[in-house]
Amino acid sequence: MSGLLWFVAIVLSIALGAHVFRFAGQKLTGNAPKFRDMSYGVAFGYVLGAFLLFWSVWYYFQPKVLDTGVPNAGVVFFRWAVQGFIIASIAAFLFRLFGRVVGTDGSRKLFRSMPLTASFGILVILIYAIIAVFAGQIAPYGQAEILGAANVMAGGDPAIGGDPAYPLGTDQIGRDILSRLIYGAQNTVGIAFITTLLAFFIGGSLGFLAATLQGWLDQLLSRSVDVLMAIPSLIFALLLMTIASVWADRLGIPLTIFMVLIIAVIDSTRVYRLARAVGLNIVVMDYIEAAKLRGEGLGYLVFKEILPNAMAPLLAEFGLRFCFVFLTIAALSFLGVGIQPPLADWGTMVKDLAPFINFAAFAPTVAAAPLLAAGAIALLTVAVNFVVDWMLHKSSGLKE
Amino acid sequence: MSSLLKIRGLKIDGRSDETWNPIIKGVDMDLKKGEVLGLIGESGAGKSTIGLAAMGYTRDGVRISEGTVEFDGIDLVTASAAVKRNLLGKRIAYVAQSAAASFNPAHKIIDQHTEAPVQHGVDNRANSAADGMELYRKLRLPNPDEIGFRYPHQVSGGQLQRAMTAMAMSCRPDLIIFDEPTTALDVTTQIEVLAAIREIVEEFDTAAIYITHDLAVVAQMADRIKVLLRGDEVEEADTRTMLSNPQEDYTKSLWAVRAFERPAKPAVNTGSTPVVSVNGITAAYGKTDVLHDVSFDIHAGRTVAVVGESGSGKSTTARCITGLLPPRIGDISFDGEVLPGNYKKRNKDQLRQAQMIYQMADTALNPRKTIGQIIGRPVQFYMGLTGAERRKRVNELLEQIELEPDTYFNRLPSELSGGQKQRIGIARALAAEPKFIICDEVTSALDQLVAEGILRLLGDLQDKLGLSYMFITHDLATVKAIADEVVVMKDGKVVEQGPKLDMFTPPHHAYTDLLLSSVPEMDPDWLTDLLQERGVDNIGDAAVGKM
Repeated sequence: MSGLLWFVAIVLSIALGAHVFRFAGQKLTGNAPKFRDMSYGVAFGYVLGAFLLFWSVWYYFQPKVLDTGVPNAGVVFFRWAVQGFIIASIAAFLFRLFGRVVGTDGSRKLFRSMPLTASFGILVILIYAIIAVFAGQIAPYGQAEILGAANVMAGGDPAIGGDPAYPLGTDQIGRDILSRLIYGAQNTVGIAFITTLLAFFIGGSLGFLAATLQGWLDQLLSRSVDVLMAIPSLIFALLLMTIASVWADRLGIPLTIFMVLIIAVIDSTRVYRLARAVGLNIVVMDYIEAAKLRGEGLGYLVFKEILPNAMAPLLAEFGLRFCFVFLTIAALSFLGVGIQPPLADWGTMVKDLAPFINFAAFAPTVAAAPLLAAGAIALLTVAVNFVVDWMLHKSSGLKE
Repeated sequence: MSSLLKIRGLKIDGRSDETWNPIIKGVDMDLKKGEVLGLIGESGAGKSTIGLAAMGYTRDGVRISEGTVEFDGIDLVTASAAVKRNLLGKRIAYVAQSAAASFNPAHKIIDQHTEAPVQHGVDNRANSAADGMELYRKLRLPNPDEIGFRYPHQVSGGQLQRAMTAMAMSCRPDLIIFDEPTTALDVTTQIEVLAAIREIVEEFDTAAIYITHDLAVVAQMADRIKVLLRGDEVEEADTRTMLSNPQEDYTKSLWAVRAFERPAKPAVNTGSTPVVSVNGITAAYGKTDVLHDVSFDIHAGRTVAVVGESGSGKSTTARCITGLLPPRIGDISFDGEVLPGNYKKRNKDQLRQAQMIYQMADTALNPRKTIGQIIGRPVQFYMGLTGAERRKRVNELLEQIELEPDTYFNRLPSELSGGQKQRIGIARALAAEPKFIICDEVTSALDQLVAEGILRLLGDLQDKLGLSYMFITHDLATVKAIADEVVVMKDGKVVEQGPKLDMFTPPHHAYTDLLLSSVPEMDPDWLTDLLQERGVDNIGDAAVGKM
C-alpha cells in the first residue's frame, strides 16, 4: 500500500514541478519563445526526465549488499546495465572514430554521417561474425567437451565455487559455458542467417511474381499463403519438426536441414505478403509500363526495375525477420526440437540453465549464467535493428 | 486606411544538408482591407512559403530568420502560440491547392465547416451550419441544403474547392490565402471556381493573397500583382499596369511564353498512308464502354492534338494505341498494316516504332537508375549496342535533348529538375528511333517557361527526324502552340476534328466553343465580360450538363 502512496506522491510532485519549471523558465528568460509556447506535456516530460536521471544516480550508488548480508540484486544488475551501456557507447564512439580515419574515401564518408547507434550495431555484428567464423580457434575448449566439474560458478573466484580455468563457469554436465557461447554464435547465428536468406528468396520472388503477373497465379499464391499464415507459426513449426525428426532418421539427413527449410517456408509467407504489397505499388508506375511496352521480359522487370525500388522496405524486413527467425530457432531449441545436442545453441543453453534464475535474489552472479545466452540473443537483435534503421533512413533520404 | 497585413524585410531559411539556406531573400508586402494581391512565379519561387509566412507559419525545416509580419498591428513572427491560435482560422484563413487532400475523408463536409466557428467561439454549431448552407448557395453549389451532408469523396473536385472556400469564409476572416486553388481543375470547372471566389471575396470585403503560376488566372482575380523569382521580388504593380506595361525582362519573358506558336504546315496529301490510323475503336474497362467509335489519322511529320477534359477518354485512346488496352471493336493500323490489339502480341519492331512520353516524369523514370542506364537500356535492347558504342549513342541522345552528356550520364533522376526529367523521358523515347510518339500531357506538370522549352524541343525534333506526335492535352494554349490537327473528345467520343486553323475559327461545335471560351485570357475584364455574355448559370459544369 505504501508503495502505491509513494507512486502517487511522486507523480503529483512531478506534475506540480512541471508547472513551477515552466513558470520559472518564463520569468527567468524574460518570456523566451521556448518557454512561452511550451505545452504542459513537454514541461512534464522535462521534469520527469530530470527526476529519472537523479533517481538513477542515487540508485547506482546504493550499497551492493544489504544490511542483512543478502546481496541487493537490483543494484547489482542495474550497475551492470549502466556499465555495459557506458562501455558500449564508448566502444561505438571509438569504432566510428576509427572508421572516419581509416579506410577508403567512400567508407570514411559513410562513417562521417553515421549515428552512434548504427556504429554500435555494426561493431556488434562484426564481433559476432568474427566469433562465429573463428569459433574453433577462439574457444578455449570444444563445445561438446565434458570437463569434469559441473556447475562451476561464473567469475572464477574459488571462494564462492568458481574456477579461474572457466571464467564463465561450467554447465550442469560440466561443459565450459564460454566455449559453448562462442560455438553458439556459429550454430545459431549462421543457421538463422541462412534460413532468413532462404525465406527472402522464396517469399520475395513469389511476391514480386504475383504482383507483376496478377490474375490466377496471384490468387493461388496469396490464398495458399493465407492458409499457412492462419496456423500459429510456432505450433506449426513444432508439428512439422516432429514429423521431420522421423524422416530425418529414416533418410539420414540432419534434422537441422529440415529445420532450416521449415522455418524458411513459414517465414517466407510474411515476406511474400510484404513483397507483393510493395511490388503492387511499384508495378503501377509509368516506368514499369514503359518497360513492358518496350517488350522487356519478366526477369528484367522483376530484378532490374522492381527489386531496386523495393530494397528499402525489404531490408528493414530482413533485419526484423532475421531476429524473428533467430528467436524461433532459439525457441525450438528451448523446446528440444531445434538444434540438437551436443551442438551448442543459445536457446538450448537458456533452457538448460534456466533454473538458476531462481537464485537471482541471493546470488546475482549465479543467476547470470542463463542470462548470458539470452543476453547474446538480445544484443544481436538490437544491433541488427540499429543497423537496419540506419540503412532505411539513408535509403529513404536518397529519394528526396 | 492603414494596411491590414504589413510584411517588412521578410527573410526565410530552409534547412538542407545541415545548413540553413535562404529561400526568401527580403520581401516587403502591404495589403489593405478588401484588396486582392496576386503572387506569381515559377515553382521554387517561394510563393507558398510567403503565403504561409503571412499566417506566421512555416513548414518543418523552415524558419523565419528576419523581418516582421504584422497583421492588424500584431507581429506574427514573435507572437505566442496562444495569440496565433486565436487568429488563425478566425481572422486569417487558408485555402489549399488540393481540396481533395485537405478535407478529412472520414467526416461530412458540414461537420468540418462548423469546426472553426465552434472552436473559436464565434457561433454555435446549428447557426454556423445554417450559415454554411447560405455560403454554399452564394457559391452556387448544387443542392446547397443537402451537399454539406455528403462526404468529400461524394463531391466533385470543383465543388470541393468551392466548399473549401466556404469553409475558409465560415468565421468571416479579414484575410484569406488562396494557394493555387484552381491548378488541379479542368478549364470549364476552373472558371466556375474563379467566378465564385471572386464574388464572395468582393461581397464580404475580404483581403486575399492569391497564389498561382497562371498569369491569365491572376489577371482575373487580383487588384495588384507581385512577381517573384527565386525568393526575390521582381516587380509589383496594379494588374492593368502590369499586364500592359511590364518593366522587368523576367516578367516580359513570362508574358511572351503565351505567344509561342509553331508555323502552320501545308495541308496533308489526302492520298498518302497515315503513320497511325485509329479505325472506329470501341474499348471498355470491364463491362463499361469508355470509348465509342473513335477514329482519326496521324500523318508523317504531323502533330495531332487530342483535347478534352479529364474523363473524356484521351488517355484511354493512347492505351489502345500502345496495346495496353486492346479495343473491343475496331483496330489500329501502323503504316497501313493492322497491329495486334494486345502489346504482348506485337513484335519488337512494332513496339519500337511507337513510343510514349509520360505526364509525370517522376513516375516515368525509375528513381534507382542513372540517366545513362535509363537511356541506354532501349539503345541496347533495340539496337543491340553495348559498351563504348552504347555510351556514344547515349551521349548523342543527351546532346539532342540539350543536356551536357558528361554531367548528366551518372546522375539519378532525383538530381534533376522537372524540365530536365521530362527531357530524359524524351531521350528514352528517341533512343528507340521511333516514327511515332505519344505525348501524354507532357507539359502540364511544368512551369510555363520550362514547358515552352520542351515544346520547342519537340518541335525541332519533329523537323529534324520527321516524327509524328499524338499530343494529349487539356491546355488549349499548348494546342495553339504545337498542333497541326486537333481532335476534340468528350465522354469517350470524338466531338469534332480537323486542322488547327479550322478549329480555332468559328463556327464551333457547342462543346468546343465552351472549351475555348473557358480558357482564361490575359485581359483583366475577360471573366467579367464572359459572365455577362453567357450568364452565371451557363458556365462550367452547369453548361456541360446542358449539352
